Amino acid sequence: MTETPLLQYTLRLADTALVLGHRLSEWVGHSPVIEEDLAFGNMGLDLIGQARSLYSYAGEIEGKGRDEDALAYLRDAPDYRNILLVEQPNGDFAATMVRQLLYAAFAHPYFEALARSKDAMLAAIAAKAVKEMAYHLRHSAEWIIRLGDGTEESHRRAQDALDELWPYSAEMFETDRIERALIEAGVAIDPASLRATWDKTLDHVLNEATLERPRDGYMQSGGRVGRHSEHLGHILAELQFVPRAYPGASW
Amino acid sequence: MATTTADPALRERAWAVAASVCDPEIPVLSIADLGVLRDIRIENGVVEAIITPTYSGCPAMNMIALEIEVALENAGFAKPKVTTVLSPAWTTDWMTEAGKAKLREYGIAPPVAKAGRRALFGEDQVACPHCGSTETARISEFGSTACKALWRCKACAEPFDYFKCI
Repeated sequence: MTETPLLQYTLRLADTALVLGHRLSEWVGHSPVIEEDLAFGNMGLDLIGQARSLYSYAGEIEGKGRDEDALAYLRDAPDYRNILLVEQPNGDFAATMVRQLLYAAFAHPYFEALARSKDAMLAAIAAKAVKEMAYHLRHSAEWIIRLGDGTEESHRRAQDALDELWPYSAEMFETDRIERALIEAGVAIDPASLRATWDKTLDHVLNEATLERPRDGYMQSGGRVGRHSEHLGHILAELQFVPRAYPGASW
Repeated sequence: MATTTADPALRERAWAVAASVCDPEIPVLSIADLGVLRDIRIENGVVEAIITPTYSGCPAMNMIALEIEVALENAGFAKPKVTTVLSPAWTTDWMTEAGKAKLREYGIAPPVAKAGRRALFGEDQVACPHCGSTETARISEFGSTACKALWRCKACAEPFDYFKCI
């Protein structure tokens, strides 16, 4: 890999948005009620829109003529830099909403901070994304409260999902050498600085939802350097099939 | 609006042409009503329309860009350009009062008051576009397009779209 830190960083943001957007799109046509079908479609669209802007910018940074499509469709799993949380299977409705809450409670303050980045393009993309993530956060938080404080079964399913996905939450707050230089330069955001905000949001929602916050134990990591769970390959197989089978196809 | 170098009358005419393009998903609103059309620049006789997306993933943007080009060409502006900018990020605060009135008449509740942090956990009070009652409730945060939420009126029992604040 000869990617510059800025390129790596931008791809991490882009891949995370794309993979989560793709996961949400999988619900379209399968949601429990039509309103949630629309909600998943809309949230997926927000994320894929963010990914498109980020990929276009990554292509510019790289300067090798790769556009958003080339970056999304023609890279293999080890080149993907998304966090592991977003590639986890949708599971049931509760699991998808827990995953959305864990991510949105992080992404909202993250993009709010990134909107002040010294990199003008990242700041512009973040300033749009923060508005969208506010609605994702409100929507997923309301559902987690409804499910957790709902029936015995909805409570159990929400708690199971929370326990299952918790080990993937720490990766959001990690930094490495690549990001530290960018953080010092005022380009990237130090995610550790958002931990208290995230904790507060989670505690508030989980308390309302009568759900128990899992204890921090062994935490999963590696997505941002290309070490993925088996799930990403399956996502990419579906996501990339058409452009790979019919290169340059258009309609 | 930002700076331009060309004859103001020419720019005004180009603006009026571009501003006649409507949002394909909400055809009662022009892109000027929406605040999507940000500027018209004219350099060496070439018209450039500057637009900004409402939402990152708004699928109407390609269509809008194409329609601006066609409208400008038809009005005699040769080889017009359309450029999309992200910053400053679009906000419902840019929607004109005329645009809000048109939305209401069309059956969509316009965004209430200022955008900003209220989107987070604040509750909007939205008036029903059919009967005007404020006895309304949100059904879903997300509606038929990215920019709308789904509401219902408890007074007249009609469901309606609400153009949400961002």
